[in-house]
Amino acid sequence: MPSSYATHPEAREIVFDFLQGYDVLGAFWMTVKLAVFSALGSLVWGTLLAAMRVSPVPLMRGFGTAYVNIVRNIPLTVIIVFTSLGLADIFGVTMGTSDFKIQGFRLAVLGLVAYHAAFVCEALRSGINTVPVGQAEAARAIGLNFSQTLRLIVLPQAFRAVIGPLANVLIALTKNTTVAAAIGVAEAASLMKSMIENEAQTVAIGAVFAFGFVVLTLPVGLFLGWLGKRLAVKR
Amino acid sequence: MSSVLYDAPGPRAKRRNVVLSIVFVALLVLLLWWVWRTMDDKGQLKWPLWEPFTTAEAWTTYLLPGLGNTLKAAALAMAIALPLGAVFGIARLSDHRWVRVPAGVVVEFFRAIPVLLLMLFANEFYVRSTDIGSDQRPLYAVVTGLVFYNASVLAEVVRAGILALPKGQTEAAYAIGLRKSQTMTGILLPQAVTVMLPAIVSQLVVIVKDTALGGVMLAFPELLNARSTLAANYADVIPSFIVVAVVYIVVNFALTSFASWLEGRLRRSKRSTGAVLAPDEVEELNPAQTAGTFGTGAGGTI
Repeated sequence: MPSSYATHPEAREIVFDFLQGYDVLGAFWMTVKLAVFSALGSLVWGTLLAAMRVSPVPLMRGFGTAYVNIVRNIPLTVIIVFTSLGLADIFGVTMGTSDFKIQGFRLAVLGLVAYHAAFVCEALRSGINTVPVGQAEAARAIGLNFSQTLRLIVLPQAFRAVIGPLANVLIALTKNTTVAAAIGVAEAASLMKSMIENEAQTVAIGAVFAFGFVVLTLPVGLFLGWLGKRLAVKR
Repeated sequence: MSSVLYDAPGPRAKRRNVVLSIVFVALLVLLLWWVWRTMDDKGQLKWPLWEPFTTAEAWTTYLLPGLGNTLKAAALAMAIALPLGAVFGIARLSDHRWVRVPAGVVVEFFRAIPVLLLMLFANEFYVRSTDIGSDQRPLYAVVTGLVFYNASVLAEVVRAGILALPKGQTEAAYAIGLRKSQTMTGILLPQAVTVMLPAIVSQLVVIVKDTALGGVMLAFPELLNARSTLAANYADVIPSFIVVAVVYIVVNFALTSFASWLEGRLRRSKRSTGAVLAPDEVEELNPAQTAGTFGTGAGGTI
């Protein structure tokens, strides 16, 4: 019998009954927003950190190295929980809003940026190392200074070389947005937690959320993998 | 200190560097001053809040048992995930499509979903389907979640480790008449273990960091969870965060240093084939050569 859910609304209701009353798409939209804002922030902050780590000023180099080594060794969960219990509660950082929900979202983004920027920085630095010495030497020979050499010659080539590793950081970031559930941001993991505690279809709910994350990460990985191959500097 | 990115500083560059240093220090000092002032305002600098960490009680009642649970969960997860990962890693290298493809699908699936979802699901599964006591359940759930995720990451490490060995090893094994399984267990796997040791140790850092998730979301009494009990007792939010962060940094930094020491030692070793898998090399293998991943990537080291 060629029955499909589309032609039998009751069948669909029975199969996806457990989704009733839950805003699954809304939760995943929150995950997407967390991922996009944190990705943009950590790319900017990570690039700045990488620039510091290769800069001619010893103090900035030291700061960059210290930052990366400290942040990489602290669990993301500790950082996220600290943004709420430490930054917001003790230091009074309200992130420009009195709305508790928006504040939690912004604090989570702050924590995610602080953590993943260290990994972006390391990926970029390994990319800078793949740029042949001759490129920087030629740039200096025609009289470019440090920031010009970095901005115009080295970083554009470095970015193209590290699209693969950066894609891995971004995918990990997408998955790590679930840690925001620890400070009560209403994203996918926190919704799944309350759903599997209250509904009978544990496996079905787990499958829906797992599928959601596969859908979120798979296209990013495939697209950036394709882009990385396309843009790779041929040497 | 010289670099290819800039010339040895002349008089003008030296002056500019000094100015930049001063501006940078000024910004840092401003930030630190704000942190110090706020902490002072909120009374977080008072000695009674820091004093507990100089006494044995805070450590023996809260922090050390917490750290013990963190390390216990990490060790259990690694001990279970490693053989499982080896099985899947070898299965992905199989000549038979019906072994290779399902193993690949399983590995890519568990790498694509967040470890927190796995922990939450495992916890609920144990609540409903087993009679594990509620005091042991968080440990089981945390370890289960970590095992599923890290076994799939380690499967990639094992696969990369075997592929990193020189082709001559396989060819020589075939030439003296060994079968495929003999080549794998007698020749490739023993060498691959040394090759991937640094990557395995640095995966341990990821596992240690991920146990903290169980502390917040599943009330597993590990280090971060112990911190909140301690802070509830002494009301020392900021000091306890700082101390706990330092403990994590010390443990993970020791592991990372050990991994890079191992890597350097293996690279210099004359007895091996010279193939070593650095912690960050797993992801950079040529996908065409490794039969291709589906592109979920891993971010295995994050």
